[in-house]
Amino acid sequence: MAQPLEKQQAKPHLAEEWVGRIYTLLCIAFLILTIVSIVYFVASKGLSTFFVNHVNVIDLLTGLKWAPDGEPAVFGALPFIFGSFSTSLLAAAIAAPLGFCASVFMVEIAPGFGRKYLQPVIELLAGIPSVVYGFVGLSVVVPFFRDVFPGQGVGIAAGAVVLSIMILPTITTIATDALAALPKGLKEGSFALGATRWQTIYRIVLPTTLPALMTGIVLGIARAFGEALAVQMVIGNAPHIPRSLFESASTLTSAITLSMGNTAMGSVANNALWSLALILMMMTFVFVFIVRWLERRSKL
Amino acid sequence: MSAKTANKIATGVIVSVAGLIVLVLAGLLGFILVRGLGHISFDFLTSAPETIRRGGGIGPQLFNSVFLLVLTMIITIPLGLGAGIYMSEYAPANKVTNSIRLVVEVLSSVPSIIVGLFGLLVLVNLFGFGFSLFAGALALTVFNLPLMVRITEQGLRGVPREQKEASLALGLSKWKTITSVMLPIAMPVILTGTILAAGRVFGEAAALLFTAGMSSPRLDFTDWNPFSPFSPLNPFRPAETLAVHIWKINSEGLAPDAKEIAAGASAVLVIAVLLFNFGARWLGRYLHRKFTAIK
Amino acid sequence: MEAIGMSTNDLSVYYAEKQAVKRVSLDFRAKQVTALIGPSGCGKSTFLRSLNRMNDLIPDCRITGEIWIRDRNINDKTTDVVSLRQRIGMVWQRPNPFHKSIYENIAFGPRYHGTKNKKKLDEIVEQSLRKAALWEETKDRLHNSALALSGGQQQRLCIARSIAVKPDIILMDEPASALDPVSTSKIEELIAELKQEFCIVIVTHNMHQAARVSDKTAFFLNGEVVEHDVTTNIFTNPQKQETSDYISGRFG
Repeated sequence: MAQPLEKQQAKPHLAEEWVGRIYTLLCIAFLILTIVSIVYFVASKGLSTFFVNHVNVIDLLTGLKWAPDGEPAVFGALPFIFGSFSTSLLAAAIAAPLGFCASVFMVEIAPGFGRKYLQPVIELLAGIPSVVYGFVGLSVVVPFFRDVFPGQGVGIAAGAVVLSIMILPTITTIATDALAALPKGLKEGSFALGATRWQTIYRIVLPTTLPALMTGIVLGIARAFGEALAVQMVIGNAPHIPRSLFESASTLTSAITLSMGNTAMGSVANNALWSLALILMMMTFVFVFIVRWLERRSKL
Repeated sequence: MSAKTANKIATGVIVSVAGLIVLVLAGLLGFILVRGLGHISFDFLTSAPETIRRGGGIGPQLFNSVFLLVLTMIITIPLGLGAGIYMSEYAPANKVTNSIRLVVEVLSSVPSIIVGLFGLLVLVNLFGFGFSLFAGALALTVFNLPLMVRITEQGLRGVPREQKEASLALGLSKWKTITSVMLPIAMPVILTGTILAAGRVFGEAAALLFTAGMSSPRLDFTDWNPFSPFSPLNPFRPAETLAVHIWKINSEGLAPDAKEIAAGASAVLVIAVLLFNFGARWLGRYLHRKFTAIK
Repeated sequence: MEAIGMSTNDLSVYYAEKQAVKRVSLDFRAKQVTALIGPSGCGKSTFLRSLNRMNDLIPDCRITGEIWIRDRNINDKTTDVVSLRQRIGMVWQRPNPFHKSIYENIAFGPRYHGTKNKKKLDEIVEQSLRKAALWEETKDRLHNSALALSGGQQQRLCIARSIAVKPDIILMDEPASALDPVSTSKIEELIAELKQEFCIVIVTHNMHQAARVSDKTAFFLNGEVVEHDVTTNIFTNPQKQETSDYISGRFG
């Protein structure tokens, strides 16, 4: 017979509900605790360069020379900042048109064929580990550049090429979703007026999906900016701003990867590397906020 | 130029680009497999690496990668499921929840090298785990968690509302409804996503450089005591994984066959990732067919 | 065994600022079928879902007023909603059996509520399926998936599932509108059987169905109950103009 409405039969499921609530709450609390800790620890280590070692912030951000072993030790991070930005932006400049073409192919030109063959290709490209990209970059791209262009073959160009393939899936996936979400009526209206497919694409589809495409590009740039090993393997790692695209350079991530293991925890040199990590982390926040702002704009 | 010509040229360019991308993948995979497959042998897969002589293998590294993956998934899956269930079923629709979503988004964008640095500071040094599998597993957990949360949420959101309501209407508690009715329906999506996430974890290196470390002690595969320092099962020993090893050989490879080893190791890694990818796909299709064929 | 009825007093339901149900006071007697009719969007489904506190699941939904079951107002913060729902069964418009076997669908509820003995569960499953006129068709394939059944069978399964936990009241939200005519008439026969044991409240947009199946009928319009009377009165001699207009098809 059904139980009275308020008696202690309530106990078994009440206990169960509490188990559920507490367990899931703890999991989410762990997540929050993690990101807060990451920010706290990286920031406190990164800032100690300025507060404990009294390195000047402006000098770090704009200085051209990075010589932790020099007399006196100089910490100018501009070469790394420059390297990170130039490789990421160049990579996006290469990947964006490629990704756009791929998504147009998959959504407009050959949907069945495209989804069946190009989509898995994109997904596979996304799944290849970054060290493998670095290895192929080192074995194929760098020698190729060395033969064809002046210089050692390493540098910003090599980094950008490798990164562009790595971020291609990100851009393509977002562009494809954006194109597929367009109401059909929009394109049909254009065709009904006699426009060709290409005209429809660049006059109507492109402008309408532009915010979403921008989101994809920014996410791609963010991914490239944070990539460490693949870049470090092909960039050359010289701590100064290169004079050409084919001269050895460095990025924030490559500098950290290279030197973190060689410096003692607590030393100035080590703290300075943490400051580089702090710059990297802050750029992550900037990218997230840019993406959120773009998403808000595209909702209008 | 007429609109029709422009259209033809544009179409040509687009199709060529699509073809180019396929070629790039084929070239990439082809290069790795051609260069590397020849070097793979049973010996290669099981023997330890040589620092300066030729003939080294990737045995310990391969084992470490697998063991680390298992450890990481054991930790991440319950955490990710729990957090995902919270976000999908318990989180009220308010500003706090929006902030939590922002937190998850930020965590998913943090570069893995920073996760590794965080691991170095907190797990290796502060908590004193040292360079170890355990530190590596926790670092990879942090790296993997946002994805698991998203996968769980996606899976739960795909459960039809009436299923949930039917269970609640029978007088079942919310938690029981989630575990006995909703999760089973969401399982194909969650499972597929988890396998793909596992593929990502298997290939990750940047987060492990400073947590699981860049060396692996001489492992005694006959010693299965997890507390012994030479046992492969000891989670507190340094554990260079396959991906990290590839990076190390390329930067400091002193052995004369370093390039071949790197190629062979890359081939193994790529094959593993391909298996994860195809496995997830196949499983997704199989489960989907099984579920919908009943209808 | 005392037969339970249910009643509401000044029940209102708000979705954010919009009021979907306006101060409805109705009573539902035991062993009777009450039909709720009215045009789409008039609030009858919203009202029904409030009776077993299903609207709690919708964010921004506020319910004021009283819902009485046996001298207790269940629209109250202290009510144990989970236990409440065991006493009130629900059937939806589209059949929604669990993705489990036929046996499991029915045994799921009773097992959760404490019946662990296999023999007892077997009995409950058989009884519920018999009452839902589904036993003969399923007795040989109890462990097959419920999703393999036809739409009409699935709906009868859902009814069997809801009565397996021995509720006092069954709420039905357009239970036959997604089914073919043959299944529909089977469901209607079932309702006539079930009312000997349960208090049934059924929302329907099919007036003829309401006339066939119910003892009392309430006519909803714009969230309010315009008229509530014995079914034959509503259909042959409605008191209000709106009721008569709706019945005769002048709107709806």
